[in-house]
Amino acid sequence: MAVASLRRSVLSLNRTLRGSWCQAPDLRPVCVSACQRTPERSSVHARNTFKVTMVPGDGVGPELMRAVREVFKAADVPVEFEEIHISEVHNMASEEKLDQLFTSVRNNGVAIKGKINNPMAYKGDLASYEMKLRRKLDLFANVVHVTSLPGYSTRHNSLDLVIIREQTEGEYSSLEHESVKGVIESLKIITREKSHRIAKFAFDYATKKGRSKVTAVHKANIMKLGDGLFLQSCAEVAKLYPKIKFENIIIDNCCMQLVRNPYQFDVLVMPNLYGNIIDNLAAGLVGGAGVVPGESYSDEYAVFETGARHPFAQAVGRNIANPTAMLLSAANMLRHLNLDYHSNMVSEAVKRVIKQGKVRTKDLGGYCTTEDFVRAVVNNLGHQSVY
Amino acid sequence: VDSQVTCPWRSNLVRPRKHIKNCYATYSPFQATSSVEIIMFLFNLQELAGEMVLMFSLFSVSTKAPIQWEERSVTAIKGPSGRWMIPPEAKESMDKSKIGLKGPLKTPIAAGHPSMNLLLRKTFDLYANVRPCASIEGYKTPYDDVNLVTIRENTEGEYSGIEHVIVNGVVQSIKLITEKASKRIAEYAFEYARNNQRISVTAVHKANIMRMSDGLFLRKCREVAENYKDIKFTEMYLDTVCLNMVQDPTQFDVLVMPNLYGDILSDLCAGLIGGLGVTPSGNIGANGVAIFESVHGTAPDIAGKDLANPTALLLSAVMMLRHMGLHGYAKKIEMACFDTIRDKKVLTKDLGGNSKCSEFTNEICRRVQDMD
Repeated sequence: MAVASLRRSVLSLNRTLRGSWCQAPDLRPVCVSACQRTPERSSVHARNTFKVTMVPGDGVGPELMRAVREVFKAADVPVEFEEIHISEVHNMASEEKLDQLFTSVRNNGVAIKGKINNPMAYKGDLASYEMKLRRKLDLFANVVHVTSLPGYSTRHNSLDLVIIREQTEGEYSSLEHESVKGVIESLKIITREKSHRIAKFAFDYATKKGRSKVTAVHKANIMKLGDGLFLQSCAEVAKLYPKIKFENIIIDNCCMQLVRNPYQFDVLVMPNLYGNIIDNLAAGLVGGAGVVPGESYSDEYAVFETGARHPFAQAVGRNIANPTAMLLSAANMLRHLNLDYHSNMVSEAVKRVIKQGKVRTKDLGGYCTTEDFVRAVVNNLGHQSVY
Repeated sequence: VDSQVTCPWRSNLVRPRKHIKNCYATYSPFQATSSVEIIMFLFNLQELAGEMVLMFSLFSVSTKAPIQWEERSVTAIKGPSGRWMIPPEAKESMDKSKIGLKGPLKTPIAAGHPSMNLLLRKTFDLYANVRPCASIEGYKTPYDDVNLVTIRENTEGEYSGIEHVIVNGVVQSIKLITEKASKRIAEYAFEYARNNQRISVTAVHKANIMRMSDGLFLRKCREVAENYKDIKFTEMYLDTVCLNMVQDPTQFDVLVMPNLYGDILSDLCAGLIGGLGVTPSGNIGANGVAIFESVHGTAPDIAGKDLANPTALLLSAVMMLRHMGLHGYAKKIEMACFDTIRDKKVLTKDLGGNSKCSEFTNEICRRVQDMD
C-alpha cells in the first residue's frame, strides 16, 4: 500500500517536472524509504529526450504534424512533443490558451508550429494570435530557405536564396483607427533599434553560413523616412562586416528581378510586409508553399514552421497536402537541437523521395496522398549514405 | 540647343528654354486634320535626348490617325504661393484636350522639388493606374501565357507621403484608406472589365493583417461587385497572389488593389512578360483626364544614341487610341508592332537584336502602311 502510494506520488512528481529534459518513468519498483527521492534512471529505457512544443494550428497543420510525428517515430528521434491546440477561427480563441502556449515555449525553448489562421471579420482585436505570439516571444527574425529541390524542375532551377524578414514591427503594427467615418489610418512603424537588430542578424547569419552578399529590400524612394531609416541601419551594420558585400534594391524592382533573374540574389533582408511578399514569391519560384521550410528566431527561442505560411484550408481532410516543407523544417529543428544524425536522416530521406519522383503530391504534379508520401519517406529513412 | 537630334522629321524648331538646365524638345507638329487633340509631355534632361527619337518614331507611326500633337514641358516651377507645381500652360492644355502621352521622367535626387510623377498625379487626380500585361510572342520569357491587367489605386494608401519621426530612431508612416477612393477604383475596375470583355476581377488585399484599412477596401469592392453581376468577383490575399502568380499566371484576369500592393504586383507582372521596356501603362483621372506613359527609366546611358526600345511607349499609345475609341488605328499599330517582334529580323538591343531604334520604327511604319 505504502509502496503503491509512494510510486504514485513519484510518478506524479515526474509528470509535473518541466524543463528541457524529461526522464522516462522508471519501471523498477521504488525502494521503500521515508524520503521521497526521484528514482534512478534505468539504463535500458530512459533516454534524454528533448521536449518541443507543437502547435498544429489550422487548416492542414494537424495533418502535417501527424506526418512529422510518424517520421520521427520511424526514425527513432529522441524528441517528445507537447501539443497545444490553439485556433482563432474555431471558437478556440482564449487568452488562457495563449498564455499556456507562451509558458510552454518559454520552458521548452523550441517549438514547431503550423499556421494559426486569422479570422477575416474584424472582431474587435486588431492583432492576430500569430502577431501576439511573435511580439510576446520577440521572434524578430524570420528566415526562409529557398532552395530548389533536386529532381523537381521549375522555371528557375538551382536556386539557393535565404530571405530574412523582420517580424515584429513595420506594417504589421496593428495600429489602426478610423479618424472620420470612411477614412482609416494604419500606422507603419520603423525603429532604428529593430532595423539594426535584424541587419546584424542577417549579416551574422551570412557569415555563419558562408554567404557572400546581403541585399536590403526597401522602398525608400517613396517612404523616405521610414524605409530610409531601415536602409541607413543596414548600411551602418554592413560596415562592420567588410567581407560581405552589401547592396540594396527597391521592392518592385526586386520582384521583377526575382522572376527574370533570381540568381543575382544571395541573402535578402527586409521589413515585414515586403518579407511576406518576397517569401511567397520565392516559394512559388521553387515549387510552392509545400516545399519551403522556414523558422523564426528570437534571442532565446526558435520556432520552426513552413516558409510560406498558408493554412491551405481547402485541403483539410482530403489528404493532399505536401508535407515536404514541414518535414524539412522539422529536420532543421533537429539540427538546431544538435541532433545532426537524425536531422540528416530525415532530410536525406525527403530529398531522396522527391528526387526519385515516383511519389509526389498534387502540388508537385503527382497523384499521391500525404500518407503515401510519408510512407515513402519512412521507407527511405534507413538508407543514409553518409554520417 | 544641346539636344539637337538630326532626324528627318524635324521641320521647325520650337524655342528652347535655355535658362533651365533641362533642354527642350524639338519636333514638327503633325497632321492637321484633327478632331481630337493630344497633348504630349516631354521633360528632358541633358542626357535624355534619346527619348526624342522615341517620340518621333511615335509620330511617324501614327501617320494616318486623326490626332494633333501638342507638346508641353512639365518641369516643376515654383508657383506664386511657393508650392511646386506644373507650368500653367501645361495644365490648361491638358484640361482642354484631356488625353496625354508621357515619356519617362526623372527627378534628380537633390532637386528640391517633389517627384514629377507625384505632381502630375495630384494635379489631375489620376486615381487609377492600369497596366495590361500580355506575353509578347517572339520575346521569350519563362512565362508564355500571361494575360492580365493590374489596376492600382494611385492616390492614397501607403504612398500618402505622410511620415514623421516621433522620437529619434522611431519613424511612423501613415497608410490612408478612404471609402471614396476605394469605391472609385472598384467601380473603375469593373467598368474596365466590362468594356474589355474580361471575365473576372480579383481584389488583392491583406485584410487578415490590416483588418480595418484593407477591410474597408474589401468591403467597398464587394459592394460594387453587387452591381456588376456579370463579372466574377474573387478576393485573394496578397501573398497567395504572389505565390500563385509565379507558378501559374493564367489564373488571373483583372486585379484591383490599393497603392503599394499595386506598385509591387504591377512590376512583378511586368517582369513576367519581359520587363518595363515592353509594358504599357495608363493613368486615368477624374473628369475624363487620361495620361498614358511608359514606365521605364530615362536610361541616360543610351540617350541620344538611337538605341532605345520604343515598344513600351508605342503600346501605351495604342492603349490611348483605344481609350479614345480609335480602335481601327490601334489594332493596326499593335499588330504591326507584334508582327515585327515576332519576325525577329529587326529588333532593338534589349529585345535581342542589334538594330537601331529608328530602324525598328521604320519597320513598324512599313507594316502599318502595308496594311492599308
